[in-house]
Amino acid sequence: MAQTSQFCTFYLDKLLFGVELKGVQEVMRSLDMTKVPLAPEVVSGLINLRGQIVTAVDLRRRLELEPRPPGMLAMNVVVRSEDGAVSLLVDEIGDVVEVEETTFEPPPETLRGTVRTMILGVHKLNDRLMHVLDIEKACQMMDVAETVAAGR
Amino acid sequence: MSDSDIVQDFLVESYENLDRLDRELVGLEKNPEDRDALASVFRTIHTIKGTCGFLGFNQLEKVAHVGENLLTRLRDGQLTLNRELTTALLEMVDAVRQMLGSIEATGGEGKRDDTKLIATLTRLQQLPEAQPVSKAAPLPATTPEGATSPSSIGDILMQTTSVTSAEIQFATEKQQEGDPRRLGEILVEQGAVQPGDIVDALRIQQSSRVHTAASDSTIRVDTGLLDKVMTLVGELVLARNQVLQFASCMKDPGFLAASHRLNLITTELQAGVMKTRMQPIGNIWGQFPRTVRDVALGCGKEVGIEMEGKETELDKTIIEAIKDPLTHLVRNSVDHGIELPEDRVKAGKDRAGRLILRAFHEGGQVNIEISDDGAGLNVERIRKKAVERALITPEQAIRMPEREIFNLIFLPGFSTAEKVTNVSGRGVGMDVVKTNVEKIGGTVDVQSTLGRGTTVRVKIPLTLAIIPALVVTCGGDRYAIPQVSLLELVRLKADQVSKGIELVHGAPVYRLRGRLLPLVYLSRELNLAADTRSATKSDGAINIVVVQADERRFGLVVDQINDTEEIVVKPLRKQLKTVKTFAGSSIMGDGKVALILDVLGLAQRAGVIAETRDRALTEKATDLAASAQEKQTFLLFAGPGDSRMAIPLSTLARLEEFPVAQVEMSGSQWVTQYRGQILPLVRLNVALEERRNKLRALQAPPALDSGPIQVLVLNHDGRSFGLVVERILDIVEDRADVRSAATRAAVLYSVVIGDRVTEMLDIPAILRGAGGSTKRRGLATKSTEVAN
Repeated sequence: MAQTSQFCTFYLDKLLFGVELKGVQEVMRSLDMTKVPLAPEVVSGLINLRGQIVTAVDLRRRLELEPRPPGMLAMNVVVRSEDGAVSLLVDEIGDVVEVEETTFEPPPETLRGTVRTMILGVHKLNDRLMHVLDIEKACQMMDVAETVAAGR
Repeated sequence: MSDSDIVQDFLVESYENLDRLDRELVGLEKNPEDRDALASVFRTIHTIKGTCGFLGFNQLEKVAHVGENLLTRLRDGQLTLNRELTTALLEMVDAVRQMLGSIEATGGEGKRDDTKLIATLTRLQQLPEAQPVSKAAPLPATTPEGATSPSSIGDILMQTTSVTSAEIQFATEKQQEGDPRRLGEILVEQGAVQPGDIVDALRIQQSSRVHTAASDSTIRVDTGLLDKVMTLVGELVLARNQVLQFASCMKDPGFLAASHRLNLITTELQAGVMKTRMQPIGNIWGQFPRTVRDVALGCGKEVGIEMEGKETELDKTIIEAIKDPLTHLVRNSVDHGIELPEDRVKAGKDRAGRLILRAFHEGGQVNIEISDDGAGLNVERIRKKAVERALITPEQAIRMPEREIFNLIFLPGFSTAEKVTNVSGRGVGMDVVKTNVEKIGGTVDVQSTLGRGTTVRVKIPLTLAIIPALVVTCGGDRYAIPQVSLLELVRLKADQVSKGIELVHGAPVYRLRGRLLPLVYLSRELNLAADTRSATKSDGAINIVVVQADERRFGLVVDQINDTEEIVVKPLRKQLKTVKTFAGSSIMGDGKVALILDVLGLAQRAGVIAETRDRALTEKATDLAASAQEKQTFLLFAGPGDSRMAIPLSTLARLEEFPVAQVEMSGSQWVTQYRGQILPLVRLNVALEERRNKLRALQAPPALDSGPIQVLVLNHDGRSFGLVVERILDIVEDRADVRSAATRAAVLYSVVIGDRVTEMLDIPAILRGAGGSTKRRGLATKSTEVAN
């Protein structure tokens, strides 16, 4: 039997993304956020997660997608990164899916730019593709500047 | 308990023991007759040796063993501790320490060659039979008077073996008669006991000692656990703050009483937990006698160290952070500060220098002073060096007050040591000291009197985890300003705002007790959506928080000042590490997150402080130069076209007035007879003329119908000359610090003197332009003729 792994899925601009379930600490509704002036654009702010201060990263901006329409409340997917917990802001939470390794494929060569460094590949689900997100890369800020600089 | 646990315990205990050894050996060197200290040193080495034999660290055991042998001779009074012996023993301690380090890192002792050290230690024993009787069972010690110690080896042997009290009595008597050997050795020789029994007995003896020595009132706690407890208490403090906020809008007296108690208990708990993290500064000072001894020996000096306030307590993290800077300062004092014994005697001081460490609490901070009674800092030498290294300009060097000069030693790349020594003088160090101290929110300052000594004062906060802070609001969000950088709060009412806030070329300033305070609008610096007008609230009043960063004051304009609060500092994650304006974050009473402002970072961003220290210093120097100019006096006069011009009064010799008739021509040069000399006259209007008109103007003879001419008699390069000006205006004292670049030749720059723009004349340039050289003038005249 092929090896399976579980993914926590979520939507961003109608695209389906997934992060490995074991890297996810919790999923929270929209929380009060404190803006951080002068911070990189992708940092939405800081949230208080039961006494722990967690940086919120706007995944739409991080993945260079369209900005979230006004009025749409973001959900928090709190993941464990090397540098402690980070909250990823997403549009909507999906199911937990179990996938086999055989359905995995690396990203196509035509996928370029910053996004390519953050997407490990896709799992071919029955009805659609699930983008597998590299949590560490998504949480790294320095890389943004570097890759942007390198890409242009 | 697993093997690795035993090794770990052995390491921890041995490190502590080694630190104690350093202290005790240095103490012993001064006072070799101290039997108690000697016994303690002996026991320590013996314990280490015993344990590493047990754990199978043979190399370590071998080194400790020879050290122990040497100590035996000392303890028995066959040798007296001297400098050579102390050095050898300290080397042994170092070797043991290195091996322990290697055991900690790799699990093994590492490949070492200690034969030289062992040979030295063996040689120093200088006794015919250097080895103990039985090598297989190294027979260690009892205390000097074996039979009288609380649980003597004899008593234990009687309990565990068949040895009789008579036999022990006999052995003890033999010892008292002068037998250099230890009780156990004598007993083994007599055949009363087996060597193995003695080893067992010693182990029993030791464990009983450990139990009596280490008091039952203390336990070892993993620092990780302490940190966790600290974090939890931090969160409890936050929860308490939240409850208190609820309590303020609740009427229930029962709830109020409960929240009040919660408040008190939390405060006490917090203080208690903070205390567990506190350590006396003596813990790091303990190693300094050794450091001082080694450095002093290395450079042939005699230095005594005194300590005051060893018990002063500091947070563990801070203790760790200041250890290296303090060590560096101490080494520096010995190496640079204190003179050689001969020089000290010549200067009328004791041969031995004194190094005094003081620590005390003051205003929520800890002050640590390192003073020596050495040569002191040489202001002139520092000045020269700083100019040589281009750290400051010569003008700055002259104007800088002494205190500022001293603090130049903290600049990167600065060292006054004449020669590079093993210890210091490599030009690294003092700047690192300053950087490290500032990293934990501290400051360093140096004071010195030439020939009398130097004092370096380090001020550091008590703790980093929970700090008092002022909470302000700006653009709808709250920010915390650490109390340490806070100076005062100023509130300007609407009618004071327009008068109080002035602009220096667009930069807002406020006159605070006569001094200009640059204003920084927080909302503007943080690019908050609201513009600066939001700082002016509906009533028109503005709030200024006067803060200090790196000795520069500035006023931070915020929307609202809330309250002071104890906040728990949480570091920012790496995603936000690039934002230098924030030092961290904290959770407020209502559960929202607030950012902690980094005043230094903010000042840098706002340009109050230049990015690098060098530039900040240069600016500071310029500032000083400007304030020094306060007393500068200028002569004001009218130049051609009624322009206002000035020269520093110091360049002027006299003011004269000559009738035109007295002016004679010497070639095309105006001259006059003045005090028996020919005084060349330079006409300012000619000197300032455009080049192409200059020659014609130059040749024009004085107009006879005009009134007397006004002449400034100046001395330049040892020659006198007269500068003919239109009219003399005034002599004024002014700061003249608002400058702009010159717009024409022969002018240094423009300044504002007495509220009017005034040109500062460049006298050397005028002399050159007016033709100070005959040859050039000759050529010029000739070319004019050709042109005609």
